[in-house]
Amino acid sequence: MIHTLLLVALALFSLSIAITLYRVIKGPTMPDRAIALDTIGVNLLSAIAIVSIVLQTKAYLEAILILGILAFIGTIAFTKYIERGVVIERKSDR
Amino acid sequence: MTQVLFIFIPMLAAVFIPFLFKSIKNVHTGWFVLLVPASLVIVYSTYIADVARGQVFTGSLEWIPSLGINFVSYLDGLSLLFSLLITGIGSLVVLYSIFYLDKKKEQLHNFYIYLLLFMCAMLGVVQSDHLISLYFFWELTSISSFLLIGYWYNRDKSRFGALKSMMITVGGGLFMLGGFLLLGIMGDTFSIRELIAQAPQLASHDYFIWALLLVLLGAFTKSAQFPFYIWLPDAMEAPTPVSAYLHSATMVKAGIYLVARFTPIFALSEVWIWLVAGIGLLTLCWGSFFAVKQTDLKGILAFSTVSQLGLIMSLLGASAITFHVDDVSNSIFRFAAFAAVFHLINHATFKGSLFMIAGIVDHETGTRDIRKLGGLMSIMPLSFTVAAIGSFSMAGLPPFNGFLSKEMFLTAMLAIKEFELFNFNTWGILFPVLAFMASVFTFVYSFYFVCHTFIKKRNEKYADTVHEAPIGMLVSPILLASFVILIFFIPNVIGDLFVKPAMLAFQPFYASAAAIDIHVSAWHGFTPELYLTLGIVGLGALLFSTLKKWQPLYQLWPQKFTLNHAYDMMMIGLDTGMNQVSRSYMRDSMRQYLLYMFTAISVIVITTLFVTDAFSFSFEGTAPIRLYEIILIIVLVIGVVTTLIAKSRLTAIIGLGSVGYTVALFFVIFNAPDLALTQLVIETISVALFLLAFYHLPKLTKINERMRFQVNRAVVSLAVGAMVTLVALSAQSQKLFPSISKYYEETVATLAGGGNIVNVILVDYRGFDTLFEIAVLSIAGIGIFAMIKLRLTRKGNGHENK
Repeated sequence: MIHTLLLVALALFSLSIAITLYRVIKGPTMPDRAIALDTIGVNLLSAIAIVSIVLQTKAYLEAILILGILAFIGTIAFTKYIERGVVIERKSDR
Repeated sequence: MTQVLFIFIPMLAAVFIPFLFKSIKNVHTGWFVLLVPASLVIVYSTYIADVARGQVFTGSLEWIPSLGINFVSYLDGLSLLFSLLITGIGSLVVLYSIFYLDKKKEQLHNFYIYLLLFMCAMLGVVQSDHLISLYFFWELTSISSFLLIGYWYNRDKSRFGALKSMMITVGGGLFMLGGFLLLGIMGDTFSIRELIAQAPQLASHDYFIWALLLVLLGAFTKSAQFPFYIWLPDAMEAPTPVSAYLHSATMVKAGIYLVARFTPIFALSEVWIWLVAGIGLLTLCWGSFFAVKQTDLKGILAFSTVSQLGLIMSLLGASAITFHVDDVSNSIFRFAAFAAVFHLINHATFKGSLFMIAGIVDHETGTRDIRKLGGLMSIMPLSFTVAAIGSFSMAGLPPFNGFLSKEMFLTAMLAIKEFELFNFNTWGILFPVLAFMASVFTFVYSFYFVCHTFIKKRNEKYADTVHEAPIGMLVSPILLASFVILIFFIPNVIGDLFVKPAMLAFQPFYASAAAIDIHVSAWHGFTPELYLTLGIVGLGALLFSTLKKWQPLYQLWPQKFTLNHAYDMMMIGLDTGMNQVSRSYMRDSMRQYLLYMFTAISVIVITTLFVTDAFSFSFEGTAPIRLYEIILIIVLVIGVVTTLIAKSRLTAIIGLGSVGYTVALFFVIFNAPDLALTQLVIETISVALFLLAFYHLPKLTKINERMRFQVNRAVVSLAVGAMVTLVALSAQSQKLFPSISKYYEETVATLAGGGNIVNVILVDYRGFDTLFEIAVLSIAGIGIFAMIKLRLTRKGNGHENK
């Protein structure tokens, strides 16, 4: 029972990734895409969590954590890029 | 052993030449060089008596014993005759060159090094019994000849002539090497003597005819036979001593030597007889016909050399007939072999002297153009005498040695039509007819050479300044000319000492040289040959007296149909053609090259799969497909398609990123947590790098445009995709052995003391790979740092802008 539920949840997460991907591709503005990518990251994270429950293993916990960090850093970098035009600013404007 | 070392003496001597040239300025370097061939002549003369009795001398020096390759010096009649010619005429040529080349103006050390190198090579060619060392010396003659022809390297024509002779002779030499290798395979030995011993077995071998053709090709290119003679007239740009030595007496006879040496192996084939005799005769006619056209003294002599070599070659072809007749000692063909060797000696004497005379005339008047010369008889009486002797001998008149060999040549040619095998009784009649025509033209150009240079009305321009050559220069031609006369009076001494022992080498039917019952006599009664000679003299005199009327006819022959034109066109055509070919596919476009590569890979792999019938798909043992996998695959496909059809690069990058993350997710559902972890991090970094690169694209070309669709690329990419899919499916369906991973699983804890199999494999079981992947990453990092920091061109530009 719970196994079926988990698989359904996994399918739904995959579906939501597919839907968000549409936004990434279509997304009229850059911020749309950035948010969509962030959502994909979170969805991926959740999907991995469910998979690890299905497989009954703790091996994916690092992956989940890394993904959480990466999604955060990625979104920050992207927004900084959209706002400032660069990701890493040089020291030269001291 | 010491006998082999004699071959290398000239090469060893060559080492000291530059020191002698640099340190002893007031003595002409040639005097030191002269010692080498002169002492070798004495050394080889000591062999004459023993060799004439039928003895042979061998000496060998190991070169590459593990491959059975040795320097073998084998002295029988033929090798000894050639060795004596090489060293004898070599001495005379060195003596002549001492007076011909100025010791202050010329680069004498170069000249004598090349000449000694050539002498060594020639001695090696004629004495080698081992095919590979024979080839080694053969190519050494080509190279040293190339150097000698291009001696005055700042002249265009010298360089052209040197290159042309190099291309043709080295090309022929390579074919010859092929023939040698085939012979080596057939007989399982590279020794010529051992090959001759098994000649009848060789003749029935499949490779026999190929070996024959290839060896002949080498001989014909070297000996300037039709149609490969074209390099010889262009080689006349060499200094005259070189022309006299290489291009009349020695190198061009290397092919003759080769044909004679291989006659016992190949003469069993009718192809050999027809080719050697036929091409020889064709060369004889062609060369004598076109010699009359030349206006350059050395040009006439070059064509005459070509034609005389053809004569010797055709005689060698006729001598091969003796292998097919029953009673050799009574057969008339035995004269052919005798005549060939005899004429070889005669030709070396008179042609050497004629070349030296041409050099003297050039040296004294400053021109070799026969139209500007004339009337030198009273100014240069000695030169005239020598030239007349040489020319009359070349024309085949008594009392000179050319008469004797020409008579024997006619005898042999008349005999050919009597021969009853291989269609000779139908076509054989051509041989005496062509030989007669060629002899007439030989008569004409011989007189043309001597009369138009020395007798014709004097050119006043030269009357005051020209005088007889220094006596030192005349010594060599006079010596040679005296041989010309001497041989006429003592032909049988020469015959017994040199010709008959040499004949034994390629006429192995005789027990000894003494058993050959050929007696040369100047007067042999009223025979058909004599009538032919009378006819030659009559017709030749008639043609020569009317020369002015018909010589212009040569101009009618269009330039387009000459062999030189064909050669030039071939070289230019090869050059431009190859350029066009490589330009047609080397377009400097990465896309083009990738297209070639991918097409090649997919075509090769798919056809191989088809041909070897490797398609067998079985879905046995595959895992069931689950719903979320299908959805993930759809996401993956959407990502890929987005990347391909994206209008802007940003979209493509994001599409690629989504593909990467989906792949990470696949790693998750297929139980590969470490891979998933790494993939996520790496994908993030590479997307960031892509964005960085994208941002820095120059403004002007930053046009957001969809990738253009091209059918061929679509086809190729589909083919590559199909290839990978097919290969993966076939490989998956045909797993033959169980995986090794069981071992890792069992021993990861016990042997390696770890729990994570992937990591233990990476650092323990197969840590070597990891080490070098670390190295790859370090190199990449250092490379990026260097590319960013090191801006040499910008610095250079800045310097220029200052």
